[in-house]
Amino acid sequence: MIQALAFYLFALVVLLSGAMTILSRNPVHSVLWLILAFFNAAGLMVLVGAEFIAMLLVIVYVGAVAVLFLFVVMMLDIDFAELRAGFVRYAALGLLLAVALVAEILIGVGAWSAGGIDLARRAAPTDAGVPNIEAIGQLLYTRYLFIFEGAGLVLLVAMIGAIVLTHRERSGSRYQNIARQNARRPQDATRNVRPEIGQGVQL
Amino acid sequence: MTGFFNSTLGMSYGWSWFLATIIGILVIALPLMLAVAMIIYADRKIWAAMALRRGPNVVGPFGLLQSFADGLKVFLQETIVPSAANRGLFLLAPIITFTVALIVWAVVPFQPSVVLADINVGLLYVLAASSLGVYGIILAGWSSNSKYPFFSAIRAAAQMVSYEVAIGFVLISIVMWAGTFNLTGIVEAQKGLYGFINGFAFNPLLFPMSVVFLISSLAETQRAPFDLTEAESELVAGYQTEYSSMSFALYWLGEYANVLLMCTLNATLFWGGYLPPFDWAPLYVVPGIIWLFAKILFFFFVFSWIKATVPRYRYDQLMRLGWKVFLPLSLFWVFLVSGVLMFMRVGV
Repeated sequence: MIQALAFYLFALVVLLSGAMTILSRNPVHSVLWLILAFFNAAGLMVLVGAEFIAMLLVIVYVGAVAVLFLFVVMMLDIDFAELRAGFVRYAALGLLLAVALVAEILIGVGAWSAGGIDLARRAAPTDAGVPNIEAIGQLLYTRYLFIFEGAGLVLLVAMIGAIVLTHRERSGSRYQNIARQNARRPQDATRNVRPEIGQGVQL
Repeated sequence: MTGFFNSTLGMSYGWSWFLATIIGILVIALPLMLAVAMIIYADRKIWAAMALRRGPNVVGPFGLLQSFADGLKVFLQETIVPSAANRGLFLLAPIITFTVALIVWAVVPFQPSVVLADINVGLLYVLAASSLGVYGIILAGWSSNSKYPFFSAIRAAAQMVSYEVAIGFVLISIVMWAGTFNLTGIVEAQKGLYGFINGFAFNPLLFPMSVVFLISSLAETQRAPFDLTEAESELVAGYQTEYSSMSFALYWLGEYANVLLMCTLNATLFWGGYLPPFDWAPLYVVPGIIWLFAKILFFFFVFSWIKATVPRYRYDQLMRLGWKVFLPLSLFWVFLVSGVLMFMRVGV
């Protein structure tokens, strides 16, 4: 009973906030609705017993990715009139995408209701008593080790690519060299002189 | 408690679970609010004592009621929403901060098996909730539509995201050593180190991580010396500049609840939580919650001590410490700890 109520609540909020993400006019509000959608998707994950995935969803998407989204959107100087001007131009393409997605959903539902999907013969049904983290760890580090490492490699390449693309050398900026500052002693920096009157000091 | 309602009062399981959870939340949240009020007073007193001042001493005996007087004062003030502000988000932001500061307490074990939600991803839940904390601040900065709060919000967000990385790696070392994400499990894993002492911090391998965690928790809660988000010489009052009345008070409460939480995490993850410091039978007569509170108060004293004595960092130094010192160090420690564990379990 409580599970069903919670499911409908989370699912409703996911759908509504997904809709609000594309409907709201202010891009910052859009990102916030998106965050709400992520958050409730995490709630749905908890309901199906995938608490590890739920926490990762919150940590990675809500805690890190969405913060960066929000940063970028807040910093950008967005011209709303220009954004709306593109609507007619891209309407056909958007419509095409929407039709494709709806078709996929229909095909999926059709395949499901046609029968023939035997849930008992899934690739690796894990024991319900094993905690999420252990079950995922067992699979990732044994059976799917190479795919997992490959995913890590892809992320590494993406990271290096991002650094290479955005890094620019600034000439003329003066960095603080802490080791040099600490190594500097008064006798290196100051000098006692007693100049003759009218002579001045050589610097 | 679910069992009590279920069997003794003959309620259905669903209702008794519901009631027990509500009561549990109240039993944690109400004393927490009281503790926050007293801890603000303690903070001001400690700070004053270190600066050779008296601190609050007018309201009530020894000024004990100062925080309540402040709370009442703030409650009676008018809530002012700047006309240029984004009204909904402006009012939502302090609520987010306050809520996030409270929800983490659900997984904190106060005694063996005295915990509101004994979930097996406890530590991940803590990380997830603390990564939500940044939203209250970003939203406050943005929705105020004012320069100083916005600067402060950007600083705060960058600072919290940076130090969360280091905290995450520290927690991974802890999790590997304890073998569980469950906080009660982590506390139990600290029992009887070398046969007589309780706490990961006494393990020479994990001790450096406890220092990293302490410093990172200062940065995560924006306490001095990392209180750049409220650097009053540059940013007025930071992201709280435009706030007044209860919305300001919510930030205040949330901030101190977060500080208490970080003290609790320090105590729980490294110093044995509800266990007494020594694994000696007579010490277990004292209830675990008293040991936990003693440790929390000790860490709060350390936090205040640091606040009173250490000058504020520069922002680039803060970023350097987070990314160039703590991140490589804690990452290296993850390798080190896992290597030692492999060596201990499998051999060469």
